[in-house]
Order: sequence, then structure tokens, then C-alpha cells
Amino acid sequence: MSETKGFAPRDWDSHPPYLHPDYGSTPLRAPTKPLVILPQSLSELTGPVYGQDAVGPLDHDLTRAAAKTGEPNGERIIVAGQVTDEDGRPVPNILLEVWQPNAAGRYNHADDQHDAPIDPNFLGAGRCVTDDDGHYRFITIKPGAYPWGNHFNAWRPNHIHFSLFGPSILTRLITQMYFPGDPLLGLDPIFNGVPAASRDLLVSKLSIELSEPEWALGYEFNICLRGRMATPLET
Amino acid sequence: MAPKQTPSQTIGPYFSYGLTPEQYGYDYKQLAGNEMSEDGAERITIRGQVFDGNGDTVRDAVLELWQADSQGRYAHPGDARGSNSDFGGFARVGTGTLAGHFYEFGTVKPGAIGDDQAPHITVVLFMRGLLNHVYTRIYFSDEAAANGSDPVLTQIGDGRRDTLIARREDGADGIVYRFDIHMQGDRETVFFDA
Ligand SMILES: [Fe+3]
Repeated sequence: MSETKGFAPRDWDSHPPYLHPDYGSTPLRAPTKPLVILPQSLSELTGPVYGQDAVGPLDHDLTRAAAKTGEPNGERIIVAGQVTDEDGRPVPNILLEVWQPNAAGRYNHADDQHDAPIDPNFLGAGRCVTDDDGHYRFITIKPGAYPWGNHFNAWRPNHIHFSLFGPSILTRLITQMYFPGDPLLGLDPIFNGVPAASRDLLVSKLSIELSEPEWALGYEFNICLRGRMATPLET
Repeated sequence: MAPKQTPSQTIGPYFSYGLTPEQYGYDYKQLAGNEMSEDGAERITIRGQVFDGNGDTVRDAVLELWQADSQGRYAHPGDARGSNSDFGGFARVGTGTLAGHFYEFGTVKPGAIGDDQAPHITVVLFMRGLLNHVYTRIYFSDEAAANGSDPVLTQIGDGRRDTLIARREDGADGIVYRFDIHMQGDRETVFFDA
């Protein structure tokens, strides 16, 4: 195993701290003791593998995957980008899973009691696998803002939840993609839990190149996973 | 300029149709459920609860397992020995569908992977209010000798080592290991960064 290279550490200048009291669910759920550093053995250098055969032909198109009587309501958008590591290398053939509320800001979930309509033609779940250059592409509906009860008049900015694997279990990532210019971003404790210098990394960019004329606006959201370490590890 | 790691965000409370749709009753195929099986290997159950700092059970957590097969081989190109092709090694479950907010996995006991570590399973845990996922490990109470020389367990103080050891409690449904996770408090589980 001497040629196996380990992964660079989680960048705690980029990730939010566990305890962020403005987000009221963190104080009882954040670990209070320091994380124990674990050597990177084979258990850490491997991880689940999901290739192109794992996803169905409509899984990347949330506007069609659950359509029953017609198209879902709302603004059709394209969300696409590239997954790379910290050294800029593309991360090919990895699974992305997304979920989001509908255009009215309602999740198709029993726990979501927001008084906004369910869309019978929209589930809000999708997935795809990155291509050889680390690119992915979804077609969906722009998600609505929704109230969430964290504090008086608390509203989540428009966002899409992203889950990614990457080359090992150490590159596992769940994050949220936001939209440019959203005035709710400055008021959102979850977004603002991220160190200020890294918040922009969660905001997609309007891309006229990704947009398709007479059909849908495109938003570019690039994702960066942990890189490799320069020195081989002993395992 | 080299890119920076995309910041983690909480999974939030509404992951079910995206990540665990069949478990939560949605008409959408799920890629990972709570069962892993391997021909010729004995099925075990791993079950438990997740507790917050008040000692209340967490009903909106997601647990993921990553493990070797019964021979200690990972289904991943990084494991040069190759693996049992019908054992993927990955499972996922939410805590919102069983009474008491239990999670439950059916799987096989992983073999030792061939270094000096005792048999173990990597656990990745997500929940509302957790801005970064945490990693922990499941070890097995009936592997006392191997646990006693495991390099990870032995670096952890006596007071916390037990938080990583699933307790074997066989019952009517066969071999069962109980593994609870405490986010905080006297029994706070050991969480890892690697
Ligand atoms: Fe959300």
C-alpha cells in the first residue's frame, strides 16, 4: 500500500464550526469534545462506488422524473458545474444526489407543514454521476424560499441540497447551493455559519453559456472536494 | 489560485425523499438502503438510537455505514485484493421511521482488513443542526482480544473507549449489536477526523 496517497485534511477555515448558536439546532447537537485524529487506513482510503449505471435516464431531470399530469410549476433552470479536488483535478464518476422544495417553497415531506401548495408534478429529488471531466448537469425548478422557525420571521434563502461521495469516504460532503443576489443570504444563520471568506463558494453564478435560449436559465455551481496529500502514507 | 474546499452544510430535516425515499414511503428508487448481504456470511443486525445533549432521541438523523465484507475486503479499487462482487459495503438509513427513533441495519460482520486493526465499520452521521457530518466507528463487543490491541481504540482513554463498542445482545431476531450515539454529555461518542 506504499503508493497509496492519503487525503488532505478537512479545511476548517472553509467549513462552519459545529457550534453556531444563531442556528438554534446546533447547541444540543454539536459535539463538545475535540475530534480524535484517525490515521488514514484502508478503511478511510476507500468508499462507496456508484457509477453511471446507478442512475436512471430521468434522474437528472427533476422537471420530468415525477411529472404525472404535466410540467411542474415554476421557473425551469439548469444547474451544472464541475467537481474538482483542491488541486484542481476533476473528480470523475462520482454520485451527486440533490433535493429541494418546489417553486412555492414546500418540501414533499410529511414534516414540512409550511402552508404552501404541494406540486403534484414535482418530487424534488434527483441524482447524476459526474462525467470523465467531473462535470454534472441537472434540470430542475428554481426552489422557493420557506419559513423555518429558527427565530422570528426566519426564512431560508432559495437553495438546493447537494450530497456527494468522491473517491473515498473521507471526501463525503453534504452542502447547499444558493442563488446569486439573494437578499435572504445575509439574514440566514446556516449560510452565515460558514467563515465569511468561504461563503461565496456556496453561491452559484448565473451563466448565459449554460442557459438555453427560449427554454431555461443556467446556474453554474462548481464543487471542490478534499485533495490528495503529497506524501504517501504508511498503512 | 487553487480552489478551496466547498463548505459543508447541514442535511436539514427534509432529506427523506432525496436520500432514503423507499424507507420513507416515496415512489422513488433509493440507491442505498439498510440491508447489505453476502452469500455464505451470517446476517447480523446493528441497531441503536442517537441522543442529543438533552438525552432526547434524534428523529431526523441519517446514518451511513462503510464496511469491508466478511473476509475484510472493501468493494473499492483502492483495495488491491479485490472484493466479493455482490457486497457493496455501503448502507444508509434515517431515524424517522421506527418507533423510538431507532435505526437498524442488516449486514454481515466485517472481517479484519489485514492490518493490526480490529474488525470495525465506519459510520458517517448527518442531522439537522449538524453543520458538518461526523465520523465514528463501530467495533464489536465479542472481539475483545482484537479490540485490546487495536491502534485506534488503544489511543482512546478508558473512559470513552466503550462509546465505540457495539454490545452484542442476541435475541429472537438473531445476532444483534446495540450501538447508540450520544452527541454530548458523559457518554459523548468519540467522533473522528481523518
Ligand atoms: Fe432546505
